[in-house]
Amino acid sequence: MTATTINTADTGAADAPVAASIAALITNAPVPHPTLPKTFAAMMAREFRVLGRNAPSTFVRAVVQPLLFVFVFAYVFPKIGSGFTLGAGRTGAGSGSTNFATILVPGLMASQLLMQGIFGVTMPLVSEFSWQRTIEDRALAPVPIRVLAVQKMTAGAIQSFIGACIVLPIVLLVHAAGQAPHVHVTNWFLFALILVAAATVTSALGMLLGTMMDPRKMQVMFAVILLPATMLGCVYYPWSALHSIRWLQILVLINPMVYMSEGLRAVLTPSVGHMPLWAVLLALVGGTAVFGYLGVRSLSNRVLN
Amino acid sequence: MTTATAQDRETTPSPARPAAIRTQDLRKTYKSSRGDVEAVRGIDLDIPPGEFFGLLGPNGAGKSTTIGMLTTLVRPTGGRAWVAGHDVTREPVEVKRRIGVVTQNNTLDLQLTVAENLQFRSRFFGLSARTAAKRAEALIDAFGLGDRRNAMADQLSGGQARRLLIARALVHKPDVLFLDEPTAGLDPQTRVNLWDILTVLHEQGQTILLTTHYMEEAEALCDRVAVVDHGQVLAAGTLEELKEDVGAVTVVTVRFEQPVPDGLAERAGLAARPGVTKAETDGDQLRVFSADPEGLLGDLIATGTAAGLHVRDATQLKPSLETVFLTLTGREYRE
Repeated sequence: MTATTINTADTGAADAPVAASIAALITNAPVPHPTLPKTFAAMMAREFRVLGRNAPSTFVRAVVQPLLFVFVFAYVFPKIGSGFTLGAGRTGAGSGSTNFATILVPGLMASQLLMQGIFGVTMPLVSEFSWQRTIEDRALAPVPIRVLAVQKMTAGAIQSFIGACIVLPIVLLVHAAGQAPHVHVTNWFLFALILVAAATVTSALGMLLGTMMDPRKMQVMFAVILLPATMLGCVYYPWSALHSIRWLQILVLINPMVYMSEGLRAVLTPSVGHMPLWAVLLALVGGTAVFGYLGVRSLSNRVLN
Repeated sequence: MTTATAQDRETTPSPARPAAIRTQDLRKTYKSSRGDVEAVRGIDLDIPPGEFFGLLGPNGAGKSTTIGMLTTLVRPTGGRAWVAGHDVTREPVEVKRRIGVVTQNNTLDLQLTVAENLQFRSRFFGLSARTAAKRAEALIDAFGLGDRRNAMADQLSGGQARRLLIARALVHKPDVLFLDEPTAGLDPQTRVNLWDILTVLHEQGQTILLTTHYMEEAEALCDRVAVVDHGQVLAAGTLEELKEDVGAVTVVTVRFEQPVPDGLAERAGLAARPGVTKAETDGDQLRVFSADPEGLLGDLIATGTAAGLHVRDATQLKPSLETVFLTLTGREYRE
């Protein structure tokens, strides 16, 4: 055993490492038995640690936009006499008119799912693919790169799901007197299923965007993708109400946001006209498969070159 | 000898004997809109377990690309490579289980603390949370990071970050430790401290592949060295072997204020002096490689002065990796 003493002057550390303790790291090392589930679970634990550390800022980011929206549209506008309503006949509802808060509940939840799902994946990727390429930290874990991609999408989907859950009480409770949204969940399983499917498709889309786009131009994503997706994603109006603008009603079908809004509309506010659930689920599952496949491939190419 | 011959390449489809690292005609070509760039052009290595092996070359020589391929982070475009007996292309997960990597950039998880970096890396490799915490504490103590245990990784100094990177690479007792320019950008004191750590690891039998562009680092640490330039191994062996193979010569260089006329070395009879293996002119320099440098410096200055040149400076390099590099490439080492 060598007697070398290692100087740690730059740390000012009192407990300067000695050769013996470094040598012991080799001789007394625990034998690792990595498996895919263990590594995946450890990666998820790391995500939750980071998410917990950033919880206050994440919470604020998740709350501010929907809170302002419902405050203005469901409280301020009705108070000043400018409240929007949607004709019952147009939306296919059975009686009366639908207040704007009822339209907004599924729409803002879908919007939140999209924002949190995409940002939950793309923002870490932007940082990890920066010049220091900290992505290599996770890429060297003993699992295939595609597992890393799936793990990141899972983490993004969970973040998206949590974001939607945070928004739900806000959009339900913030409104002017007499403007309460008419929410009626008849099937909680379907509600959960739509939430999970929507969260998954957004994180898969986030993986694709985060690995395809130049990190330096990520802000363009707002203008070119997120803003059009939200404005034309049936957040502020049901898809059926677009029947009078037929070309737009067909065009927006390429927007995954439409299916998220309509799916939540079907399970939260069934009195408002909505797409059939089978079409919504087909689009969300299909979208997850396509975006997920392309995203995994794109991540592998970025990491390995 | 480390480097496989061309004949070996033809006849050896897979590692025939245990090797920590083995490559056969390993190649990497990057495609870009401005044309293909051959970063690595057929490298053959055979590194046994327990060896401290150095890839020495200037920036852009292909060292990092080679280490990237060996650590599964860069896809080879030709040839094959095995690490700890596993093919880097076909069995990347098996390779990753057996390697520790200290990357050139600071790839610490900046969202985590020092302790968390070590704990989560341990858990990635299958250790339980409790065992990972113990392992992290042992590494923190051994690497002198005790007072930075709860600091975020982005708050560390360059030397501390390097130590943490090395500690992190050791959490799972890797068969092979890869170090890509581990001391680049560090001050001399911190560099020497890291050398001490690496020396101890090597004494414990750790196989280490180090890339460096510091000659003195390769000389101080490595059992054997491969000199790499333009994506190829120019020579490989122990320092003594390299000097013996390439020529244990002293290189005397005199630089003048004016360009040296072509053919001056030949006309002055410098190449004919006893012990001289090569005499050349290179722009404003007159350079002679000789096993018997006695009086050579004075003769070079006199030769230049007689030709009307004015001396700017002069160097005399004793046999070393630097003279090996000069002899192999015909140009000075560029760090």
